[in-house]
Amino acid sequence: MSEARIAETPAAPAPGREIAFRGGGFLPRPRPLQSWLAFAALLALWQAATGFGWIDPVFLPSPLGIAYALWDLAVSGELWRNLSISLLRIGSGWVIGSALGLVLGLAMGLSSLSRAIGMPLVSSLYPIPKIALLPLLILWLGIGEAPKVATIAAGVFFPTAIATFSGVDAVPRSLIRMSQSFDLPMRSILWKVILPAALPSILAGFRISISTALLLVVSAEMIGAQFGIGAFLLAAGNLMQSDQLMAGVVVLSLLGLGLGALLGLVEKAFLKWR
Amino acid sequence: MELIVEVKRHAYEQLAVLEDVSLAVRAGEIVAVIGPSGCGKSTLLGIAGGILKPSEGRVLLAGAAAADCLNPLTYIFQDFALLPWRSVARNVAFPLEHHRLDAAERARRVADALQRTGLAEFADALPKQLSGGMRQRVGIARALVVRPAVLLMDEPLSALDAQTRELLMEDFLDLLLRERMAAIYVTHNFAEALRLADRIVVLSRRPGRIKEVVDIALPQRERRGKSAQAELAELGERLWSLIRDEASSAEREVANV
Repeated sequence: MSEARIAETPAAPAPGREIAFRGGGFLPRPRPLQSWLAFAALLALWQAATGFGWIDPVFLPSPLGIAYALWDLAVSGELWRNLSISLLRIGSGWVIGSALGLVLGLAMGLSSLSRAIGMPLVSSLYPIPKIALLPLLILWLGIGEAPKVATIAAGVFFPTAIATFSGVDAVPRSLIRMSQSFDLPMRSILWKVILPAALPSILAGFRISISTALLLVVSAEMIGAQFGIGAFLLAAGNLMQSDQLMAGVVVLSLLGLGLGALLGLVEKAFLKWR
Repeated sequence: MELIVEVKRHAYEQLAVLEDVSLAVRAGEIVAVIGPSGCGKSTLLGIAGGILKPSEGRVLLAGAAAADCLNPLTYIFQDFALLPWRSVARNVAFPLEHHRLDAAERARRVADALQRTGLAEFADALPKQLSGGMRQRVGIARALVVRPAVLLMDEPLSALDAQTRELLMEDFLDLLLRERMAAIYVTHNFAEALRLADRIVVLSRRPGRIKEVVDIALPQRERRGKSAQAELAELGERLWSLIRDEASSAEREVANV
């Protein structure tokens, strides 16, 4: 009896409890205005704190003080002299490390033999903080640019090799079989299928390797260099020129942001299809 | 042109997958291969196209292919296997790029294949912008562009919803009959096999053996009629009874690989 009643459509809807909406929240949205406001507020607070003398500017210079110091460094050419040499080290180290990493990663992804040889080596060498190799590299390569560039290259090499390997390893087998079923030569499969399919993973590896390169250039320059952002930071610290020191830190932050944005553009251009 | 597949035995390590399966596909003939899941249907198709090497057996291609045929045995894949970074037209052009063809001939073949699959206006779209049915049309166009002698189709419709499947199957059939292309069509769907095939090969459970070969004399164009439907339904019933028990025990099987 009761079952039959449930199945019936009531002629007039009976008054009942309205179902409350309960599916809201957990939907992050971009709020650019708030981002900028919060950033500006923090700067203003910082400026006020130093302006009213709550904080000793030797320990933490005011934002305006840092801006002035940055301006002076830029005008005097000191900033460019240090920055250019750091950029050169990052650039050459990153290119060398990435090229070698790409080659090894591809080889490990494509051949079982190189995987068998390379994988244990890479896994055991990857965790070493590469800055620990600098003294050894100085011993091998002498003082000068070579050991710094080599340290950066070593730091960049491993994440790139691993990202490339996992990207190649994850290329859908079905795409490779499809290419083979049309008799594509091996070289075409590599260029037209494997590399494009591995590109997202390779670019993700670049994101890691760029920050590694930045970290290593500063460390290496702090250990032994006359010029470069790292050497500059160390010198400023020793002289208690905290405004210049902070100016250098700001430059590093901008550098990291800039390189990240550049990579973002590359991703946008090459990964439209995702 | 005739494709002859003779598999004496095929095994993955210890696991025997196929035993004594031979089939021949003559020009313009559509052969459906059907059987319970895990019976080695897809393996058989892989062997037929030279993508898998049979443990014991061989594949022969008799007779010459047409002059414009670039890839006599051409697959259409269940998962479409499209390159996601290439547009529709560039996906279709993909199997032509390593052949010596002048640009005009290449463009003509691509345009022709797109037109025949109804994709002409989607030439510049990326795969991610297309529905499943449209993606499989791209897969079909990519197969047509090499003017194949035998199409090898591995459950080409089973990744699609029922309505799309129905529509695409009719287009498939039209194409196959119009171009007089031969095909091996692997499926687990009786309706598809009964609609398309000149011959249905029923495989047994693993290790797959040929359980029965059924010829359907009725031409495909006449299979939509009332009496034909009844006749085919009866045949379907018979086929289903052949493999029902095996299908149910295959379904309850625990993979031990």
